[in-house]
Parts: sequence; structure tokens; C-alpha cells
Amino acid sequence: MAVCIAVIAKENYPLYIRSTPMENELKFHYMVHTSLDVVDEKISAMGKALVDQRELYLGLLYPTEDYKVYGYVTNSKVKFVMVVDSSNTALRDNEIRSMFRKLHNSYTDVMCNPFYNPGDPIQSRAFDSMVTSMMIQVC
Amino acid sequence: MEAAAGGGCSSGPPLLLSEGEQQCYSELFARCAGAASGGPGPGPPEAARVASGAATAAAGPVADLFRASQLPAETLHQITELCGAKRVGYFGPTQFYIALKLIAAVQSGLPVRIESIKCELPLPRFMMSKNDGEVRFGNPAELHGSKVQIPYLTTEKNSFKRMDDDEKQQETQSPTMSPLASPPSSPPHYQRVPLSHGYSKLRSGTEQMHPVPYEGRQPLVQPEGPSSVGPGAKPLRHQASLIRSFSVERELQDNNSSYPDEPWRITEEQREYYVNQFRSLQPDPSSFISGSVAKNFFTKSKLSIPELSYIWELSDADCDGALTLPEFCAAFHLIVARKNGYPLPEGLPPTLQPEYLQAAFPKPKWECALFDSYSESVPISQQARDLNRMEKTSVKDMTDFPVPTQDMTGDDKQALKSTLNEALPKDVPEDPATPKDSNSLKARPRSRSYSSTSIEEAMKRGEDPPTPPPRPQKTHSRASSLDLNKVFQPSVPATKSGLLPPPPALPPRPCPSQSEQVSEAEVPSQLNRASSQAAESSPAKKDVPYSQPPSKPIRRKFRPENQSAENQEPSTAVGGPAPGASVKPHPTVQKQSSKQKKAIQTAIRKNKEANAVLARLNSELQQQLKEVHQERIALENQLEQLRPVTVL
Repeated sequence: MAVCIAVIAKENYPLYIRSTPMENELKFHYMVHTSLDVVDEKISAMGKALVDQRELYLGLLYPTEDYKVYGYVTNSKVKFVMVVDSSNTALRDNEIRSMFRKLHNSYTDVMCNPFYNPGDPIQSRAFDSMVTSMMIQVC
Repeated sequence: MEAAAGGGCSSGPPLLLSEGEQQCYSELFARCAGAASGGPGPGPPEAARVASGAATAAAGPVADLFRASQLPAETLHQITELCGAKRVGYFGPTQFYIALKLIAAVQSGLPVRIESIKCELPLPRFMMSKNDGEVRFGNPAELHGSKVQIPYLTTEKNSFKRMDDDEKQQETQSPTMSPLASPPSSPPHYQRVPLSHGYSKLRSGTEQMHPVPYEGRQPLVQPEGPSSVGPGAKPLRHQASLIRSFSVERELQDNNSSYPDEPWRITEEQREYYVNQFRSLQPDPSSFISGSVAKNFFTKSKLSIPELSYIWELSDADCDGALTLPEFCAAFHLIVARKNGYPLPEGLPPTLQPEYLQAAFPKPKWECALFDSYSESVPISQQARDLNRMEKTSVKDMTDFPVPTQDMTGDDKQALKSTLNEALPKDVPEDPATPKDSNSLKARPRSRSYSSTSIEEAMKRGEDPPTPPPRPQKTHSRASSLDLNKVFQPSVPATKSGLLPPPPALPPRPCPSQSEQVSEAEVPSQLNRASSQAAESSPAKKDVPYSQPPSKPIRRKFRPENQSAENQEPSTAVGGPAPGASVKPHPTVQKQSSKQKKAIQTAIRKNKEANAVLARLNSELQQQLKEVHQERIALENQLEQLRPVTVL
């Protein structure tokens, strides 16, 4: 249901970014990039309190005419950004949350692999298949 | 070269085969032989041993082959007679080759005579068989190559160099063997030259008789084939034992093959080998190997990192970053398969699933097999290593049960000397990876409840200490060199503490001397006094007994200062009981720095004393000032009273 899913590292470079192929990928890359600022803003706003109190799900980062961008941050400052089609109004917040949770779980599985060095691009097939399953509803 | 071969032939004139003929004939023979044994897969392209009797071309396929040559039946009969099969009773390689040669001769129009085969002949033509043969050989070539590479891999994992030596030895051996003469009594001997390495050249040069037993799935059976190297070189001892078990069980394997997913099936020998490797990394088979340890191990296989990453993904079913024994076997098997050219599957094959593996291979089998294989391999070096490791552990072990562990290790040494020992690699004691801590932690309770032989328990406990102390919080990190060693480990000789690095410089105020404590006591007390005097001056009370209250505070402060100073020192340095003991073992380095501190502190003290003196003076003068003020007021009053009231 998502149109583009990206995993951004702590240093704000992408570890994994994938969009539906028919669209102009560059546009999505750009959107994800600009959303990073919003993510940072949200983190710092909440960051005054204890880090533990900060919720991982950031919610809607910003809406555009065609798309909505949602964000999620882990405790190690790895960010997940998801771009969703605005016309897909059936998507509710809970569903977005569950999608992020799945992403997070898959990401931790990738991390558990000792052959994966944190900071490398993610090349796990399991992760790919999970992301594909999330994007597959878009026709 | 072929002349010698001909010498071994029992049925008449020497058989001269050209290169092409040899190749073709051996292939055909293999096909027939392979078909004879019933396996769907091809046998090796080499001929089989005659003596074993297990690898002869059965009459059926041979007859088919001959019929495919499209010769009349009588001719075939004649050929069969001539080649000696009827006499001998079976189609050995010799007979088969002669027969083929005769067929070629007849096909080119020569009479069916022995003499016909002496001349150069084209290859015999078989109508269908050739196609089959070619088709067949896509696979066996690969598989043979792959089979041969497995020995590379398995020995690679343990010793790269040995393998190279072995290969060379094998290569030197092979030319000496005559093509058609069979070495009847040699042990299962594989030609360890992979196709990719110019195998064809070797084959055309010499033919080797090799045992056949290949069922379809068994390309991977032969990992124990590395043991074939055994005769030539000095393989690992457990592989030597596997040779024996393999040759014995070779026949048994033939019966096992009727499953799909053949490359993904783990055989007994493979399983044993994997379990051995697992034990070398992690002595407790019911525990697991951490990610970093496994990574180091699998990296030796020289596969690329993405592939290893993918293999890990497949095999670590629960994604916990560690491999249990079935997961480890699955991963190892996948690596072996990949090394042999099999593409990695999309998903974990059913025969490699952990549940399947656990069900298929129950535990006790491992132990007895391993014990048998290891009982003969207890080099003294390993024991020495063990002892060293145990000593190291006694140093490193800082946890709850150091004493019982040490007693146990004392006993363990005795136990281990007399019994078997795991081939523990050196990296086990030297690997201080903290994941191993969790492993050892988890392994400890398990080993306790693990009602195995005492040897195993002893070994496990002997293994536990090598890991670094899993509870660093209990003791201050700096204190590791200090008293706690002496407190908790009376058995540790004093030299051990000498081995440890000297503790880093303690934070300021070690104050071993009383004077410093006094000064420190004085200073705060003086400060207190100053502040108290300041408080006193404001209400304008006369505080005559200056000396007394200050002295009391001094005394009062002195004791708490003493205690607090003492407490501070252990809390910063040792963080535990016995503050008195902590004062003693100050190394000289600290004393030097403390002398400097003393100098500074004396200066500070003097300044503070001067300060205090001045403050006292100040307060006294202020008191005098007050008195003077009051006198003045009194005098003014008197003056007022005495002055006449008249204001004229």
C-alpha cells in the first residue's frame, strides 16, 4: 500500500530505499530527503524529555497534494520513512503503525545477521520480500 | 602408458586404447555400471574396481548397449565370448573395453577377432546410448567436480595447506596407476582432481579404478571423501576415523537414497562432521554458537559475504543471532552445497529445517560416535592447552562461584588427562567476545542439569571459565587488579596479581597519612567555623569561647571526616568492603603523585590557615568595634544626661 519505503541511517544516508517502479523514483527520493528535516524536528521537539518517553512512531510528517509521508524512528536513530498515496484514504493510522512495526521487526532480523555490518546497505532477501509485500497492493 | 594397462588384462593381447577411446569407453562402462547398481545418477567416469565386485557392468545395460550398436545378435555373442566375459562370468572393465573395441571393429567391417582390435579403430557407434551418455555426463561431470570440491571445503575449514599438499600427492599418485589394472585392495580412493582443474587431461592420460558407490544424491556424501586424502597425508584424526566409518557404511548409504531434495539431505557422515565442528566451537551441543564466532568460522569458507549473509538468513530460523546445532548443520550444509556449485535455494529446504534435523538425528548418536573417534586423539598439546586455559580462567573468573570452579578445574585436569578431549581450538580461550558470556551463562545452568557423563560436565565447567567474567558490575573495573582478587580467590597465587596490569591512577585524595586527613578535617571545620562566626557576628552576640566551639567542631568533624575520607577512598578506588586493607596496596606510582598532591595540599593548608587566622582576627576586631560602639553610645548618653538641658 505504500508507494515508497525508505530506511535511513543515523547519519542520514539511505540504507534501503525502494519505490514502486512505475513512478519517477527520483521524486520519491527527493520527498524522503526533505522529510528527514521534519523527522529531525520532531525528534528534537520530543527529545527534551527522556529519550524513553519518546514514541517511535512519528505519524504524518507532511502531506502533499498527491502523497502523505509518514515517519518512524528507532532508538538508535534509524529512520523509516513511508510515502503513501493520498488517494488511498482507507489507510488508517493503525495500519500505518503496524506496517512500521513489521518494518522494524524485519530490520532487527537483518541486524541479527552477523554478516551484516551496521551502516551497510541492506541486501537481505527476507527484508526485500517483506517490503514487497507491503508495496504490492499498489497497482 | 597403455602398455602397462594392457599388462593387467587377463584375456590376451594388450589393449591399446587411444585417448578418445579411453574416454568414451570409460564413460560407457560407468554408465552401465552405474545403471547396474541401480542409482539414478551417474557413477564416476572412472571404471570400478574389479575386485570389489560391486561395480561391474551388469549384463542388462551392457546388452542394451550392445544391441544399440546395431550389430546382429550372433556377432554380439561372439564378441562377448571373445572379450572373456563369458569365461570370467561378468563384464569387468577389461572385458567391457575389449567388447567395445570389438564392436568398433565389427562396425568398421573387420571380422570378429582378437587381432582386429589391435589396429586403430573409430569409436563404436551406439544408436541411443551415446545421447544418453552425453546427457548423463553433464551432471556427473559437474557432480564429480563438485564432489571433489567438497573435500577441498571440508579440509579447508580446518587446514588449507594440508589440502594442497594432499592434492599434489594425489596427482603424483594417479599417473602411477595403470588404467585398466585394478588395485583390488586399496581403500576407497578417490581421484581428487576436479574437472575444472584439468581433469580431462588426467583422464586421458591414465584411467583410475575407483570405487563407484554413487547414488544420485550422494555427491555430498563424499565430503568424507576428504578422508581419502588420509592415506596420502595426515588429515585431521577425526576425519581418519570417518574414513573407516565411511568405508564400512558405504554399502549402507546405498539404501538411503530415495528422497527428493537430494543435495539438501545431510548424511550421517556429514552430520557427524558438522557436529564435530560445532563442538569445536561450542562444547555444549545443546547450546548455541554466537553470531561473531559463527561469522569467523564461516568466513573461512571463502564464500562472499552477501552469500554468507543469505545463508545465515536461511539457516537462522528464529533470527536470534545465534546458531543452535541443527541451525548450524543447516548453515554448514548450505555452505558446502554452495561451494560445490549448487545455487542457494529460495527458502530453507524441508530437509534442512531445524525440527527435521533434530528429529532425524537424535542426540546420543553424536556422543558415542564422537567419543569413539576422539578417544584416540588426545595429544598432549591439547591437554597442555587445556591446563593453560584453566589457569587463565582462574584469573579471569570473577564471578559468584570462583572457588568451586577452581576446585572443579583442579579435578578436571585429572579427569581430562585420562580421558578424551575435544579438539578445542585455540581461539576458544582467546575469544573474549561478550556474546560468549551469554552463551556460557546460558550453558552453565544447562550443563548443571545436563546429566551426561562426568567427563562432559567437567569439560563444560572447564570451558566456562575461559570466558571473561560475565558480571563486571560486581567489582569495579579498576579493582580487578586489587584486593578483590585476594579476597575472593585465596587460592590464586600472588604472582597472578602481578600479571595483571597496575591499576590506573586513583582519583585525588588517596590520603594514606593521618596528617592529610587531619588537614582535610581542619579545612572544612575551619570553613564551618568561619561561617558559624559570620553567623554569630550578625546577631551581635558575644562569643567569648571561640576556642571551645571551634575545637568541638573540629573534633566532631574530624571523625566524620576521617570516616568520610576513608570511605571516599575505598569507594573511589575499590568500591567495596575492607577500607583498611585498601590503604595498604598503593603502588609507588601513586605515592609519587600523592607527594605532589601533598605539596599542593600543604600550600593549600597554609593558605587556609592564614585565611582562618585573618578571619579570626577580623571577627575579633569586629567584636571590639561593637564594644567600642556600645561604649560610645553609653558615653553619649551620659553626656546627654550630664549636659545642662538649657538650650540658650
